[in-house]
Amino acid sequence: MGRKLDPTNKVKRGPGRKARKQKGAETELAKFLPEDEGPKKLSSRARKRAAKRAVTGQEAKAAPKKEQPKKGFSDENSEWLKPAQRKRKVDQSEGDEDSDSQWEEEEDYEVEEQGQGIEGDGEEMEKEADDDDDDDEDMVDDYGVADDGEEEEGGSDDDEELLPIERAAKKQKKRQEAMELEHEEDDEDDDEDEEEDEEDEEAEEEEEEGEKSGDEEEDTVQINMDEMDRFKLPGAEEREKEGHLPLDLKTIHQRIKDNVDVLSHFKEKREEGKERSEYLSLLKSDLCTYYSYNDFLMDKLMDLFPLSELIDFLEANEIQRPVTIRTNTLKTRRRDLAQALINRGVNLDPLGKWSKVGLVIFDSSVPIGATPEYLAGHYMLQGASSLLPVMALSPQEGESVLDMSAAPGGKTTYIAQLMRNTGVIVANDASADRLKSVVGNIHRLGVTNTVVSNYDGRQFPKVMGGFDRVLLDAPCAGTGVISKDPAVKTGKDESDILRSAHLQKELILSAIDSVNADSQTGGYIVYCTCSITVEENEWVVDYALKKRNVKLVPTGLDFGKEGFTRFKERRFHPTLRLTRRFYPHSHNMDGFFVAKLKKFSNKIPTAPAGTEQETETTEAESAAAQGEEKTKPAAEETNEAPPQSKANAKANGSAEKPLSGKKPVGPSKKGKPDQPETPRKASNGKPGGPRKHKMAKVDGDVPKDGGRAKKPKVENAAGKESETEKKEGSRFEKKTNKKKRRNPMKKNNRMGKNKFKKLKKMLRKMDAGEKVDT
Amino acid sequence: MRPLTDEETKTMFEKLSKYIGENVKLLVDRPDGTYCFRLHSDRVYYISEKLLKLATNISREKLVSVGTCFGKFTKTQKFRLHITALDFLAPYAKFKVWVKPGAEQSFLYGNHIMKSGLGRITENTAQYQGVVVYSMADVPLGFGVAAKSTQECRKVDPMSIVVFHQADIGEYIRNEDTLT
Repeated sequence: MGRKLDPTNKVKRGPGRKARKQKGAETELAKFLPEDEGPKKLSSRARKRAAKRAVTGQEAKAAPKKEQPKKGFSDENSEWLKPAQRKRKVDQSEGDEDSDSQWEEEEDYEVEEQGQGIEGDGEEMEKEADDDDDDDEDMVDDYGVADDGEEEEGGSDDDEELLPIERAAKKQKKRQEAMELEHEEDDEDDDEDEEEDEEDEEAEEEEEEGEKSGDEEEDTVQINMDEMDRFKLPGAEEREKEGHLPLDLKTIHQRIKDNVDVLSHFKEKREEGKERSEYLSLLKSDLCTYYSYNDFLMDKLMDLFPLSELIDFLEANEIQRPVTIRTNTLKTRRRDLAQALINRGVNLDPLGKWSKVGLVIFDSSVPIGATPEYLAGHYMLQGASSLLPVMALSPQEGESVLDMSAAPGGKTTYIAQLMRNTGVIVANDASADRLKSVVGNIHRLGVTNTVVSNYDGRQFPKVMGGFDRVLLDAPCAGTGVISKDPAVKTGKDESDILRSAHLQKELILSAIDSVNADSQTGGYIVYCTCSITVEENEWVVDYALKKRNVKLVPTGLDFGKEGFTRFKERRFHPTLRLTRRFYPHSHNMDGFFVAKLKKFSNKIPTAPAGTEQETETTEAESAAAQGEEKTKPAAEETNEAPPQSKANAKANGSAEKPLSGKKPVGPSKKGKPDQPETPRKASNGKPGGPRKHKMAKVDGDVPKDGGRAKKPKVENAAGKESETEKKEGSRFEKKTNKKKRRNPMKKNNRMGKNKFKKLKKMLRKMDAGEKVDT
Repeated sequence: MRPLTDEETKTMFEKLSKYIGENVKLLVDRPDGTYCFRLHSDRVYYISEKLLKLATNISREKLVSVGTCFGKFTKTQKFRLHITALDFLAPYAKFKVWVKPGAEQSFLYGNHIMKSGLGRITENTAQYQGVVVYSMADVPLGFGVAAKSTQECRKVDPMSIVVFHQADIGEYIRNEDTLT
């Protein structure tokens, strides 16, 4: 299973033998420290030196350099977040047996110096010592706004172009050049550390080779080159044969790379007569083998990401996210906490500009989950991603907030600290076991405004309602936290996803129902999951949009990727772009989804008539959002539609005109239900008219369609008259509609079955309206 | 959830006043609203009126915790303070003990405080007086009972116990599930 069992290529995990003081932070350190400290903080001297190195080393490594995929982050986090890509490199180089001793040296050094990055080796460390001092100084003053400028300065520095790995490689290269004079043969082992270390001739050869793992012998490099040049899709029988042979993960890895390369330049590099799908299926099976996912999840992921991103994502799932803590501002301040922890031998940094309370732990000489500060409730161990939904919720002082699935209490306590222990928080969780940690954390952090309950979230509006804000961190399949729980890779299938999606839909409705829309300050719901599948996120939110009087509002998080408004065959409400997605490879936090909803009416659209009405309004709105595009063809068709009875026309003449005029103007206005839906519906003289009328009466909508109510008989008769004609007409309309759907110019109409019916109805009414006008 | 009976109230306040003396009054008469003690599944919770109203919505078996848990009544109707009450004991404590950084860890593992680990102690602490234990950085770590009076503390040898351990914040980890 996977590359873990690869006997030939032993990937070392965690720190070296000598550094084994404590699990946790140090394993982290080995992985994320190097690239984290590299580009960010450089003393001026270090920068100068690096620039010099860059000049000297330029010609030697011109070619491979540009091939380093330089992937920053689009948002401001680029300064502290590093793409997973670089980590992978470290891991790979680490895999080399010969570099072990070097690694260990580094580890020791890191412990001593509290985590400087990967340096070339012991010699370099001394040289870098002065830099360390600078870094430490930075560290002390690093908390708060003051450091921003400094960070920016570091960020804009041209030296940032060089990855730490590259710099290390350069240093090493220089050293090797010196050493080569003395003994030319010896340094082959070290050579393999980095791709930049390859000899110059190789560098030439490497030109088109994308990301070559540097840990191969020279000849294998060349062999791979050859393979790559003529990458052929193995036939079906070859692949079958492969199933029996022991898997060589190295070749599979190489094949994945080649395959991706071909797929990304499909026109030039494809083999004649081979379909894209063939390449894709090979890639999929390779990825499944290499990263040990099951077919289903890999399918989902391939749908979600473009290929290049997919590999990054999969790689990011192989490594742990950094340990982050959140300061408990109820008891201390971040600066004080940082100072206290530094005194205990913890190496840390602020989390990012977007959080005033987060700290990243690089390494620690004490267990970070058991320091006296932790026990005294000065901080909470919490992933960076779980700060986001609470920030999106932005609870205000004195409000009442419901946290529907609270365990283990990280978000709950964060809410409490934002509210400064005022107001009321109800922390609910379905699992009594997990609630113990909630209670413990609440007390430890000194939160006093919390009621902890053990209901199923779906019972909620019944237990109590009228909250100002609700946070729903829904239970999910956990596809965003594979690095935490690798069992997800193989353990999930379609039914699991759909089951949790179903539960989430139930939960989100009860969450919405628990909110008081008339609240002065609130009326917000934040929905979040640690899953990245569309079924559990956009789909659920879209469902809620249809079922309840809610709308999406900006989350207030200025980074993250926009949610999907369309995914494969599904089309979601356009406002779903206001939701945010976070990925491990691009934001270096767990995969996460955050949506913020505002409830604008306490009325729950219920009952058959009600639901129809509601869907109709949302449909109408989405239609409106698309602008005139749609109303135009509709208007055209009105001429061709069958004539309708006068009575009918009279009835909806009044209702129709304002509608057609109004819709394109106000796409997503408040008060959907205020729109004159009922008259519109009532006025279409369907055979089912009387029944509907009755329902309307029950709902108390009588006055609205009073005009029609006076003469139901006439209308009914009229409806029957025109019924046959209408059938024809509807058939015709169906055709036109289909055409419309196929029209590529049109954007994503949500053309579900319901939608189609609505449209038909609308058209019919438009006809009637037109008739009256003419 | 119910209010405490007179008997229970008496037991509990007696216990509390061992640590914070007459400051117990301050817990009940607070300027920022009315606070009260409620008994729920043998545990005593310290709740604001506002929270109390809300908590009545939740049925008894579904209510896990509300406000701050102060301690519990044992089967023999004695009151035992929990570490969770520390947040309310520490600010009002009459008698304090500070432990040296080296002895912090030992105390957080549930051990008594030796003379060697004693940093400071409030003057004229009587023997068997309830004390709140602080680190030298004034972080409350727990509470206990003075084994020796301040005077005696000066004379005893370094390895003798000066404060008996009762509760410490290490319990948040050690026995999380029995906390409340």
